[in-house]
Amino acid sequence: MDSINPLVASAVAAAIPLMLAALGELVTERSGVLNLGVEGMMLVGAVAAFAAVAHGGGLGAAVLAGVLAGALAALAFGVLTISLQASQVATGLALTILGTGISAFLGRGYVGSRAAASFEELPIPGLSALPLVGPFFSLTLLGYVAVALLAAITWFLFRTRGGLVVRTVGESPAVARSLGMRVSRIRYAATLFGGAMAGLAGCYYAVAQFKMWQEGLTSGNGWIALALVVFATWRPLRVAIGALLFGGVTALGLYLQTVGIHISAFALASLPYLATVAVLVATSSNQLALRRNAPASLGKPFFDGD
Amino acid sequence: MLPFQLVRRAVPSRAMQWLTPVLAAALTLVVGLAIFAALGQDPVRAFRVYFVDPISDANGVSELLLKASPLCLIALGLAIGFRANVWNIGAEGQMYLGGVFATGIAIHFQEHWGAWTLPSMILAGAIGGMLWASITAFLRAQLNANEILVSLMLTYVADLLVKYLVFGPWRDPNGNNFPITVQFADDALFPLFASWWEWFEGTRLNASLFITLVAIPLAWVFVKRTFLGFKLAVAGLAPAAARYAGYSEKRAIWVVLLIGGACAGLAGVSEVAGPLGQLNDRWTPGYGFTAIIVAALGRLSPLGIPLAALLMALLYIGGESAQISLQLPRAIALVFQGLLLMFLLGCEVLVNFRLHRRGAALA
Repeated sequence: MDSINPLVASAVAAAIPLMLAALGELVTERSGVLNLGVEGMMLVGAVAAFAAVAHGGGLGAAVLAGVLAGALAALAFGVLTISLQASQVATGLALTILGTGISAFLGRGYVGSRAAASFEELPIPGLSALPLVGPFFSLTLLGYVAVALLAAITWFLFRTRGGLVVRTVGESPAVARSLGMRVSRIRYAATLFGGAMAGLAGCYYAVAQFKMWQEGLTSGNGWIALALVVFATWRPLRVAIGALLFGGVTALGLYLQTVGIHISAFALASLPYLATVAVLVATSSNQLALRRNAPASLGKPFFDGD
Repeated sequence: MLPFQLVRRAVPSRAMQWLTPVLAAALTLVVGLAIFAALGQDPVRAFRVYFVDPISDANGVSELLLKASPLCLIALGLAIGFRANVWNIGAEGQMYLGGVFATGIAIHFQEHWGAWTLPSMILAGAIGGMLWASITAFLRAQLNANEILVSLMLTYVADLLVKYLVFGPWRDPNGNNFPITVQFADDALFPLFASWWEWFEGTRLNASLFITLVAIPLAWVFVKRTFLGFKLAVAGLAPAAARYAGYSEKRAIWVVLLIGGACAGLAGVSEVAGPLGQLNDRWTPGYGFTAIIVAALGRLSPLGIPLAALLMALLYIGGESAQISLQLPRAIALVFQGLLLMFLLGCEVLVNFRLHRRGAALA
């Protein structure tokens, strides 16, 4: 079973940023806001984190920069969709285009260069040597933080008053408002949180996974994260499982290449995208389950007059 | 607290509908000039380099039209879908397949090229785009999968398919190992304007422009004068009413995606059989995505879209000109595109709402 651990390790590594971005989007969507700009927010987070270490900031600065950049991008989305009632779908697309442009613009000097500092694996002695599950105990610091965030978000959404408020706003903003909740403010908070998480995922790509800069570093993973939320029927734990599945598909592609199986590298590279389509189809064919689980006001603007 | 608040208009303002794109363009211009100033450029000079110099000769006009044409064509197709609330954002991939199908004809029959070659490439390109879009249509209409994510995922797959072809079976054996196909000869290329219009001597403008020029009135007639176009508009504005009237939602999805795919596929042909004259692995500056902005900026109207396409094409070639004469990075064009769309969406609030000073009595 020695050969399985590297495979699992690369699946886990690919899963973590997907999970981070998807968890953030899940909270945003739970409040009724559909932000399709995950890819754009991830890219500005990634370039901010990369620039932070390139300018001599430490890894802490990288995380801070990534999170702030992601949240800032989400703020722009919030102003347009929550305050100015713009279409959430169109604004999300615009945010992706803008974020792609900003990251390419700011990152133009870094193309091909290595990250000046990066997160390394911190194996837990003993546990990390276990077959199959070992890689789960040999994460980077960001990886452990991601697992902690998974627990925290699950707890927040389903065990706290704040989580109930977010979910109520997502189900029925009119009811929430009549109960005295500040719908716009809560949606802003959930949107900003989603942006911060996407920025953190971008930071992970820049300084914990690829550790180098190239244009379009996230290569569509922001969109896969969006699909994951649907796949997980808006439940955090299922997001984690789905992220692992996707990480597994990516890792399998890389693995098949290294053992010299004769499949085109391009065909293997398309696996995650095809898997996303397959998963969407499988999840969406059960419309009833989707409708039961999706936040009822998802994507619908709410005008509360403030 | 802001000194004003939004009040919903009883009726959307028609004036604002046409003013918002102008307002958004003006805001983008102001921010753009500020960015230039921040980068240490003289804003006036930057403005000239960006918007005036590139179109001051025949070559510039030719390049402008060469870029505006595919953008306009794709956006016309997308707009029909957006009107019906079907968000095909994979036009980029559908365009790739148009290019791939046309190239397939060109290189598989290169021994037998003749007058039929170009027309069959055009047809194949449209079919290629439609086939690729039909995957999204099938998954959305029959299996309810979200068309935004599916069409986008398929764009990544289409990109890899193009790479596979030009790195593998279709690579020009005499191409020094570059990922390119053989150069097409005249039978497989759109005729140049220069061959019958002297003013365009030495420019790349070609007859593919006529596809777009025909598509504009066709789109207008379809949207404004046909029953199918009307049904699609109802499906977008009031889905419940459309269902009540018995308009099939599935059919609407198929129709708009096939139209969008055909337009994008044709744009792909006009590129590979136009300025490129071959297929390579990085042939598009993202027309399929920019066309989304063009469609929005043109207010989804077949008359507004051509104007928006011209503006967006100007942003592209202005970006190239700025790169050459001001050493400004090319990515800045993408930033401007994104800003323009964001401002447009922000300004749109004025269509349905008006600003009202806090404290003043509501009229």
